[in-house]
Amino acid sequence: MSTKNVMIVGVGGQGSLLASKLLGRLLLDEGYDVKVSEVHGMSQRGGSVVTYVRYGEHVYSPVIDKGEADVIVSFELLEAARWLPFLKKDGQIVTNIQQIDPMPVITGAMEYPTELVDKMKATGAKVDALDCLALAEEAGSAKAVNIVLMGRLSHYFDMPEEAWMKAMEAIVPAKFLEMNKKAFELGKNA
Amino acid sequence: MKELMLGNKAFARGLYEAGCSFVSSYPGTPSTEVTEEAVKYDEIYCEWAPNEKVAMEAAFGASLAGVRSYCGMKHVGLNVAADPLYTMSYTGVNGGIVICVADDAGMHSSQNEQDSRHHAIASKVPMLEPSDSGETLSFVKLAYDLSEEYDTPVIVKMCTRVAHSQSVVETSDRAQIARKPYEKNIPKNVMMPGNAIKRHPFVEERTAKLRDLAETASFNRVEMRDASASGKHVGIITCSTTYQYVREAFGNNVSVLKLGMVNPLPVNLIKDFAAKVDTLIVAEELDPIIENHCRALGLDVIGKDVLPICGEFSQNLLKKYLSPIVTGEEYSEDVTAVNDQIPMRPPVMCAGCPHRGLFYTLSKNKCTVLGDIGCYTLGAVAPLAAMDMTLCMGASVSAIHGFNKAGGGENEGKTVAVIGDSTFMHSGMTGLANIAYNQSDSTVIILDNSITGMTGHQQNPTTGLNIKGDPAGKIDLEALCRSMGFERVRVVDPYDLKACDEAVKEELAVKAPSVIISRRPCALLKNVKHNPPLRVNRDKCVGCKSCMKIGCPAISMKDGKAHIDNTLCVGCGICEQLCPVGAFESCQKED
Repeated sequence: MSTKNVMIVGVGGQGSLLASKLLGRLLLDEGYDVKVSEVHGMSQRGGSVVTYVRYGEHVYSPVIDKGEADVIVSFELLEAARWLPFLKKDGQIVTNIQQIDPMPVITGAMEYPTELVDKMKATGAKVDALDCLALAEEAGSAKAVNIVLMGRLSHYFDMPEEAWMKAMEAIVPAKFLEMNKKAFELGKNA
Repeated sequence: MKELMLGNKAFARGLYEAGCSFVSSYPGTPSTEVTEEAVKYDEIYCEWAPNEKVAMEAAFGASLAGVRSYCGMKHVGLNVAADPLYTMSYTGVNGGIVICVADDAGMHSSQNEQDSRHHAIASKVPMLEPSDSGETLSFVKLAYDLSEEYDTPVIVKMCTRVAHSQSVVETSDRAQIARKPYEKNIPKNVMMPGNAIKRHPFVEERTAKLRDLAETASFNRVEMRDASASGKHVGIITCSTTYQYVREAFGNNVSVLKLGMVNPLPVNLIKDFAAKVDTLIVAEELDPIIENHCRALGLDVIGKDVLPICGEFSQNLLKKYLSPIVTGEEYSEDVTAVNDQIPMRPPVMCAGCPHRGLFYTLSKNKCTVLGDIGCYTLGAVAPLAAMDMTLCMGASVSAIHGFNKAGGGENEGKTVAVIGDSTFMHSGMTGLANIAYNQSDSTVIILDNSITGMTGHQQNPTTGLNIKGDPAGKIDLEALCRSMGFERVRVVDPYDLKACDEAVKEELAVKAPSVIISRRPCALLKNVKHNPPLRVNRDKCVGCKSCMKIGCPAISMKDGKAHIDNTLCVGCGICEQLCPVGAFESCQKED
């Protein structure tokens, strides 16, 4: 198979590292060669952050380039639009509809763009948008947004749910496991 | 066992498996996690040193005592440690020494984009350069063997994309390495002229031997293209993560010479490879080091005449510049985007960051601010924009002295240096000694947030805790500054704007050198207790935007009135102090 590309994007501090850890574990367990590229350091201070997950028979580059992503998973709506140029033609976006104002919007220098979901769809991208924060809170913690998104992402992966659960058991601390499993189901069935 | 591992974690695993037992480092992105992962192995003694020079000298001492040692740093850290490095090249080692230097092409978290390979060449120290986590682990082990066999420190050079990418590694057990006895050896270890003169030829002979090794060793490998490939035979010499981009972009349509050792570089291996191909390309990030080596060998090579010197590479970048040469076809990107302009999302000071109140004060007083390296460099960002200079670790304290001596009272009355606690320990103290000694009326503000913030919360000599979080020695900043001769040393709480304003105004006005310690722990520290978030009383808010001057990510304007995001607000109260109508109220945190 050719290498598949999944990007996880969001705002520094939103918990995307756990999502990439889960995905990496799942793919390794399923027998793929995997590379995951993360961002550390200054960008983590509330900046735009991106994680690249690549898998296949043999993965060379650790990064995903413009026009290469099969799926973009976004923790925040504006970030989905920012990274859209990295999506393949007919690629899939899975995004949280939560909006976090960046500094140019906070200072009033710019407006937060409106109707981004429709505008992204108009480019031909397939967009699956859901309110992950509400679902995470329903599961028991606002911090479970990442697992809600992973549940939704599972629709676009041809892998049995047991494999996801096995990876989750390996990654998530036991005391949060039930809550996260619920978050996964809520995301999956949203 | 097969594991998915971050490059830096694989480096630490390599240290463990190679039997390393002493680690001393200073944090710096993208090198920090090597030491943070190494400390998880009980068999390895680990510490944060005050700076990279101290770390490298400590590692040298441990080697002298007979154990395998390590120190790690980012590219600019190696400038600080260059002094011991260049002479450790002469002394060589007892126990093996491995040095990690992590470059940051693309400047994800750095103030410049220097290429550390120059240091390896100039210090005549061998340098290995892995291209993924698996290679990192094996190169670290190889580096220790080379270090002891060839009597030299060995540098393993990482880059952001290798350090911060996870890929699959195969782990094994720790080698049992006995401590070597220490033997007094004046000609080898006392580098005064009479001894060093004799060591220099040794260094040259060692480099020649390592070059011979580089001709045949498996860390440099040739991968010839598919026999079925047609057209012009293109050969690419490459190293590090660029190897992965070459393979990604051109698959098996090109032949590749992948260099795992970038200093010293082989001669015959390169000439032989060049002779087998029609067109020779060197693909390397940053400076043309392999390329210049090839040119010195008289080879006709394509390199930085086509590829950029600035920034990171990627598969598409190589396709863009090299496809016309490799396949004869132009490459064009086919991308989609929304038409709206997407607002940038630069990093910002966190909500509740203790630096904010102090920088607001400096901005309000229109101070000239000589800055330093850390989270507080973000004080340069709008709307605070309270910074005039950032150069390197410690430069704020040294530069304010020159700035004030040259400008006299005009500068002294409005200029401050700002430096974090960890950066002050790193190289601010020597600058402070110069102010105390040569007497300029300079005001130095130490931003003491009780941690090394930017690199992700490492302890330092002022925090009272060691790398494991256990109690350790604690340097008293006030006492230190007073003992240097500063009579004016005062502490302020940066959440108290009035106190900050008074301190800055008074210390700038007085004709004496002074230190202000702005003290409050980083808002992200787990043990910090926060106040409940604030909310805006919309009936009282007049929409004057006074609270917007501090650039807090938790405050925005909604329908003409201020609004607080209570998931971000930690109740620091800076905005409350700026509000002329008392519109901010405390609320209990919602669960």
